[in-house]
Amino acid sequence: MEIVTRPHVENFIDWCRTRPEVLALSADLTNSCELGKWRDTYPDRFITAGMAEQNMLGVAGGLAREGFVPFIHTFAVFIYRRAYDQLAMSVAYPNLKVRLLGFLPGIVTPGGVTHQAIEDIAIMRATPNMTVVETGDATEVESVLDATEHIDGPVYIRILRGEVPRLFPQDSPMVVGESRTLSLGDDLTVLTAGIATEEALRACQALERAGVGVTHIHVSTHKPFGDAAIEAALAGAKHGVITLENHTIIGGLGSAVAELMAEKGIGSGLTRLGLRDTYAHGAAQAHLMREYGLDAQALIEAAEHRLGESTGVSVDDLSHARVAAIHSDAKAEAL
Amino acid sequence: MNHQQIDEIASGIRRRVFEHVMKHDGGYLSQALSSAGIFACLYGDTMNLEPLPAPLEPRPFEGVPASNNHAYESGDRFNGEHRPVSDRFFFSPAHYALVLYAALIEVGRLAPDALDSFNVDGSTLEMIGAEHSPGIATTTGSLAQALSQANGVALARKLRGETGSNWVFMSDGEFQEGQTWEALAFAAYHRLDRLCIVVDANGQQCDGAMTSVMGIEPLLPRLEAFGWDAYEVDGHDTPALTSALASGRDSDRPSAVIARTDPAYLVEPLAARAPLLHYLRFSSDDERRVFADAYQRLLETV
Repeated sequence: MEIVTRPHVENFIDWCRTRPEVLALSADLTNSCELGKWRDTYPDRFITAGMAEQNMLGVAGGLAREGFVPFIHTFAVFIYRRAYDQLAMSVAYPNLKVRLLGFLPGIVTPGGVTHQAIEDIAIMRATPNMTVVETGDATEVESVLDATEHIDGPVYIRILRGEVPRLFPQDSPMVVGESRTLSLGDDLTVLTAGIATEEALRACQALERAGVGVTHIHVSTHKPFGDAAIEAALAGAKHGVITLENHTIIGGLGSAVAELMAEKGIGSGLTRLGLRDTYAHGAAQAHLMREYGLDAQALIEAAEHRLGESTGVSVDDLSHARVAAIHSDAKAEAL
Repeated sequence: MNHQQIDEIASGIRRRVFEHVMKHDGGYLSQALSSAGIFACLYGDTMNLEPLPAPLEPRPFEGVPASNNHAYESGDRFNGEHRPVSDRFFFSPAHYALVLYAALIEVGRLAPDALDSFNVDGSTLEMIGAEHSPGIATTTGSLAQALSQANGVALARKLRGETGSNWVFMSDGEFQEGQTWEALAFAAYHRLDRLCIVVDANGQQCDGAMTSVMGIEPLLPRLEAFGWDAYEVDGHDTPALTSALASGRDSDRPSAVIARTDPAYLVEPLAARAPLLHYLRFSSDDERRVFADAYQRLLETV
């Protein structure tokens, strides 16, 4: 699998060459949000707001009212936790074209509870006028700017940084409102988003080898949620549906799927994997994924529970795990 | 505009709001008494707003901003067309909405009978206005959010080389909010010299006197320490106020004018209700009569 180092850096610089209306706003996390080279490339379009996110959200609203397109770059927690009233009243309510790039989704950071955005999708989904998308690989990081450009309102982008795998071909960009079907089978339907997709790919491949038919769908648009492929896959799963998300199971992908199944009268059952109404702590991503049941092994166990039988898939079968070196260059500014 | 004309606007604002409060058995009276002179100076003299051909009729509520709401119109249209040389107005404490509507009527920007629809279901003249309400450019009933948005507008206009000023009307209570100080620091750091605040420093907030809730003084040196050009005047002395506002506008830094005001100005019985002046509600027929007499006296002073 190709690993792309810092896909956002050059992509955002290139993308802004023909878009003078785009400004970048930073709250003292410029290099941590892969914006340092952009600042040096476009110094007049870089707005430093200091560690003052409430004001930064309002400034973004004011700039957008005047026709600029502000791209806020900071850790996701500081957008929706620290400055939510400002986000709601100064950006979302007036439906302004502001792009909110939330870094460090879920448990990807060893920074611990203060840095881990575990309920951001729930809160952003509940915010009127907000479009909510999540990147799951390098191709999506590279294509999310184009994919959301037409949206005349605020967009929350759950974005990946550092070493990012390329799961999807470069000529298959993210499209808002369209999921990706990664495999087809009629025993189980598995829906995943963000980094959970790479993890689930290993489990789904092992299940296929064990003779279990799995429809695996990757979701990049959390809101508006649901397309024809998702509805068909939910309706067609003999043994029900499993969601796996890098987020609390309340209010995110699992909840969106539950809502859709209930509205469509699909009663095959749902297992939601993710953080089970808990905060996490500071440790390596792989360690936290195991500890909180967000990994391939947890998915296999959930599948066996739904199927009512063992699949014979062993931990060794799942051992293709990609483990990034924690102290590689890409992690130099780990926090 | 001469100062007699400005004072007539201020008197008209007080009269209209007091009349409304008497008619509806209560309302935000103290805000009008303290800030009428400020609105009169801003709209009557200081702000360079594009004129309107005639007072505009308020529109009924037609939905909140949304991508599929094509009928939406901003209340900022009452402040005239946006031009590079014209000023902008940002209204921060939305609880002063009745005062702003009265001011717009006095200066011929809002239809004279518009207050009849104040706080009526389906009207845009809401009690605590939002950006569909006349004169309101940003939704700031959650206090202390307008200055940050004005920062964004002022920065955008600076990037485009526009010369108009950006005026923000604030209440002193908003200086308790941390966001205000974030915004003050941002404006000073980015040298937003066309940004000007005027503060109705009436010393009152919802729970009573600010000194009993959480003090903010000394406000003038605090603003200066944040890099602002700050002035302090008697907010009922309109010549002093227009002079300070002009100095603030011409400053090469962001500027703030602290207008010290009396929340019971010209209405003696209101002072007797201290410290609860935020919202006037009559507790007895006797009290209503006392205020009716005070209203008559106010009419006679005009």
